[in-house]
Amino acid sequence: MKTVRIGAGLGFYGDSWRPVRASIERGGVQYIASDHLSELTLAILQKDRQKDPSAGYARDAVPMLAGLWPLAAKHGVKFILNAGGLNPQGAREAIARAFRDKGWKATIATVSGDSVLERIDELRAAGEPLAHMDSGESIDSVRERMLFANAYLGAQPVAEALARGADIVLAGRVADAALTLGPLAHEFGWKWDDWNRMAAGLTLGHLLECSGQGSGGNFGSAGEWAKVPDYAHLGYPIAEVSENGSALFTKPPGTGGRVSFDTIRQQLLYEVHNPHAYVSPDVVLDMGTLRFDDEGDDRVRISGASGAARPARLKIVAGYQDGWMGTGMIGFAWPEAYAKCEKSAEIIRTLVKERGWAPEEINIEYIGYNSLLGENADPAYRDQLNECFLRMTIRTQDRRVADGFGRLFPWLGLSGPPYVGSMKGVQPAKELLGIWPTLVARELVEKDVKIEIESI
Amino acid sequence: MKVPLWKIAHARSGDKADRADIGLFAYDTETYAVLKREVTVARLAQHFAAMGAGPVELWPLDNILALKIVLNGALQGGAARSLRMDNLGKNVAAQLLRMEIEAPENLPRLLVK
Repeated sequence: MKTVRIGAGLGFYGDSWRPVRASIERGGVQYIASDHLSELTLAILQKDRQKDPSAGYARDAVPMLAGLWPLAAKHGVKFILNAGGLNPQGAREAIARAFRDKGWKATIATVSGDSVLERIDELRAAGEPLAHMDSGESIDSVRERMLFANAYLGAQPVAEALARGADIVLAGRVADAALTLGPLAHEFGWKWDDWNRMAAGLTLGHLLECSGQGSGGNFGSAGEWAKVPDYAHLGYPIAEVSENGSALFTKPPGTGGRVSFDTIRQQLLYEVHNPHAYVSPDVVLDMGTLRFDDEGDDRVRISGASGAARPARLKIVAGYQDGWMGTGMIGFAWPEAYAKCEKSAEIIRTLVKERGWAPEEINIEYIGYNSLLGENADPAYRDQLNECFLRMTIRTQDRRVADGFGRLFPWLGLSGPPYVGSMKGVQPAKELLGIWPTLVARELVEKDVKIEIESI
Repeated sequence: MKVPLWKIAHARSGDKADRADIGLFAYDTETYAVLKREVTVARLAQHFAAMGAGPVELWPLDNILALKIVLNGALQGGAARSLRMDNLGKNVAAQLLRMEIEAPENLPRLLVK
């Protein structure tokens, strides 16, 4: 019986591609589905593009493919990546250049048409209000400040690119899990309205899209995380899929990490809202009927996905300028480490006021005490800390204020409380971006989706 | 007796726009029944009140012994505009594991030493 093996590539922009080597060498994979994008990543890529119009794609795709292609070509492994980000053509140029330099051959497909930033007025004229999908707020309030706007595309252009002979499919904002569903639909000839098979493919794509998080990484727990073997060589997950959509979920032999009922279900629910209606461009998945059978030895059987018809509207993720963040930090050792941080925060507040600055928000956190646990930090430890760092951030529309804020801190080293550390330079203002999720009729976007094939 | 969730469950959290979301998982069916009873929308809203969270949503998933929890409006507008150290809400799950609930003392995980 035919099966298709798909391995996880990257789980975010900046993830390590080295573990992918084991999946190709000894994991028997035919495809690598590599997810480079998140809401935050698009914001980062937009900043890159502002500085350099030829940028705006996930640059880590270039070293990844340069590092893996000879091995992948030998094993007949194809890559599906959304590393195109805001500039798939730019990504293709960079990859083609690297391949030509080495004399390698490949057929690269780019999938674009997801960017709708230049089409906002056109979409509104076509009757799409593009209001905020949660708050209902009108887009007018952010329209002038919008920096990017991309629709989440589904798996169909990926499958089509593969049908047209692509070895590497380089897409923009194709939904993370569609990078896996695309090759499955292509290989098995799944019908696009076979909702249960679509749901099965979506489930597997979702489990693969965060690389090591699907195989024991970031296993959120007290104590149990320490039992995950060999983090240093953690293998990325692999799905071996049957025609009916059921699958064996595993990882390459001889790697670290763990694939089990516990690690997989953590990833299943990760960044999911209503689990009975997990919406993707291709299908709406109900996770309530899934079945995970743990066979031991890093093998879990997955079956039972059920799907409902795909949504009539695609989600758009847009980002808009939303002011500046100023950051300052200073650390103190015992004695009274926390009290000295608190005193410093009070001093800084006074200086801000005396300079006539009026930030919209001042955020105060104590690293070593509550910067990650917030109000759920246990105050019993607060006054006995060996050391503590004050981190203060402000929100302001004035870039100069955000820059000036960080410069208030070094002075404290000689004129503030004693036993100070961390004077490692001043952090410049950071631009803040708001995310604007909205919906659009799918045909308005899909009519302009473009697949370009180039053999190098 | 009062039991902190970290002794009997595991959890992971993440972000989507201004929502923090958490998966909370029982290691066994007995504990799952207790979680379903004790970890309520009201308890969650109280536990995360300081994050400025909007409405809390909660779905039990019997097939994987899990509770799916969503804290709306909890991330200062989202990761790219948040001033927080934990702008991605990765530690919201750790915060949840500090919640104490009423549980029988013979739950399987409490008997493991």
